Amino acid sequence: MDQTLPHSRSFSSPLHAILLAFPVALYPAALVTDITYLNTAVIQWTNFSSWLIAGADLFAGIVLAWAVLSLFFGRARHMRRRGIVYLVVVAVMFLAGVLNAFQHARDGWHSVGTLGLVLSILCTLLAFFAAFIAYGDANIRGDRT
Amino acid sequence: MNRVAVLASVFTLAACQSQSDPDLDQTGAQPDLPEQRDTLLPAMEIPTPAGWDGELPTVPEGFTITAIAEDLKIPRQMLLLPNGDILVAEGSGGNAPAVRPKDVIAGLIKSRGKSSVEGGDRITLLRDEDGDGQTDLQTTFIDGLDAPYGLAFVDGTLYVANQDNLVSFEYTDGATSIEGPGTELTKLPAVINHHWTKAMTASPDGSMLYVGIGSNSNVGERGMDVEEDRAVVWEIDRETGASRIFASGLRNPTALSFNPWTEQLWAVVNERDELGPQLVPDYLTSVREGAFYGWPYSYFGQNIDPRIRPQRPDLVAQAIVPDYALGSHVAALGLDFSSEGGLGGPFAEGAFVGQHGSWNRSDPSGYKVVFVPFRNGRPSGEPVDLATGFLKDGHARGRPVGVLFDEPRRALLIADDVSNTVWRISRQDGPNASEEQ
Repeated sequence: MDQTLPHSRSFSSPLHAILLAFPVALYPAALVTDITYLNTAVIQWTNFSSWLIAGADLFAGIVLAWAVLSLFFGRARHMRRRGIVYLVVVAVMFLAGVLNAFQHARDGWHSVGTLGLVLSILCTLLAFFAAFIAYGDANIRGDRT
Repeated sequence: MNRVAVLASVFTLAACQSQSDPDLDQTGAQPDLPEQRDTLLPAMEIPTPAGWDGELPTVPEGFTITAIAEDLKIPRQMLLLPNGDILVAEGSGGNAPAVRPKDVIAGLIKSRGKSSVEGGDRITLLRDEDGDGQTDLQTTFIDGLDAPYGLAFVDGTLYVANQDNLVSFEYTDGATSIEGPGTELTKLPAVINHHWTKAMTASPDGSMLYVGIGSNSNVGERGMDVEEDRAVVWEIDRETGASRIFASGLRNPTALSFNPWTEQLWAVVNERDELGPQLVPDYLTSVREGAFYGWPYSYFGQNIDPRIRPQRPDLVAQAIVPDYALGSHVAALGLDFSSEGGLGGPFAEGAFVGQHGSWNRSDPSGYKVVFVPFRNGRPSGEPVDLATGFLKDGHARGRPVGVLFDEPRRALLIADDVSNTVWRISRQDGPNASEEQ
């Protein structure tokens, strides 16, 4: 396989991978706590969601900045198309996440609602998508992703 | 990047929806209640403090206003003692922890509209020795309190409602200070203390004390477990300290006073936020024994608030419509009645209401003292401005809190917790104390 090539480098550096791990873990966790809140109306679950989303947004913002810089100065400049797709995915994830933070700042039952649930699902899917791009094999260019 | 455009338009939409409709009449017995607008970003306008620079609040023609106490430490409510001395409770309470990221951010934003002075946790005495309307003695009367707010005086005993307990002090006529911690009559609900002010008044016969205890949230977003004994008025036996819930569903009853014509308990109540710039009107109401006033399940009767789950149709069905709306987000914090002819003219019979002013609308409301005319012990017309000019060029020079009608001297006192002043309004031609005594 490709990883046996002598100059193989992964798409993301280890530090970048660690930063991306936070949205990948926190957005799905917020989705789970949202669903639990909708099922129970126990307020603490939406409080959890608020903090999980805030934490995910913080790291998503850093990852977004990294994705931009990487395109010009980092590893993504050698994998341009993949880098651009990654940037778009991370950007949409971040914007949806910030919107979701505002949504979760509403009080009580309105803190989740249809919009909150949809945004949590969207952020979860985009985080997984970003992870597939970032953590996938590096040297296969232009396919699928 | 058209997703960015979508996002931008969502926020623009939120901003458009948060405009007020000036044609809505939001005062009186039947206020106009628009549709709920729980926008993503609530409308906010926080007028930051500014100095008076020698200017004064505006009062109607024929009246004069002066500052009778300055350099206070967050004055809130006041009390008139039998010898004419005035007590001013000073302090700032609340220790609600931030439960969500929003609490951290909202706290920072709202603090911009407040005085930077730290609450005094004390009561200051103001004495006018020669009856010229000026303060001759301003001194600390009781120190070492914990965010005192409500004050009452019955039968030689002073009652002080701290944010966590009700304390009594024996008073000797003419005293200018009281030492010691006083005697605790009862604890007051103090867990979280999101709304910490404990308003208080005594029944006309002096047997009971009534204490207003605000909710621990805007609309139950900290869970209903922490709302036990919250958003209620307690009735407390003055002899034993035994308490019971007198009325409930009153989100934040910030001032209590007995109506002198009917001898009923009345209150001003601050209603909920984040349903739009014109919801929900704060109100002035008689407080009926055993009644439920809606919070958090509904407002102004049966208008359901969808933010609280599970809903309680059984309670909503019982919810009482308050007597008189004061306007949305005006933040009424002061109430006193104009007994025995009041300030005369249009201010003869009715209620004085101090309005601290709004944060949750882009067109600020409140920031003034109004007079609600009464007839036969009931509100009978539109509110009339009595003191305005607290806002200037988008800055708050002052924010009215408690109001006190000084009946013997025919003056209205206003505590202002931004300029840390007590203002005094009287008639230019009216009797002053020296002529009257």
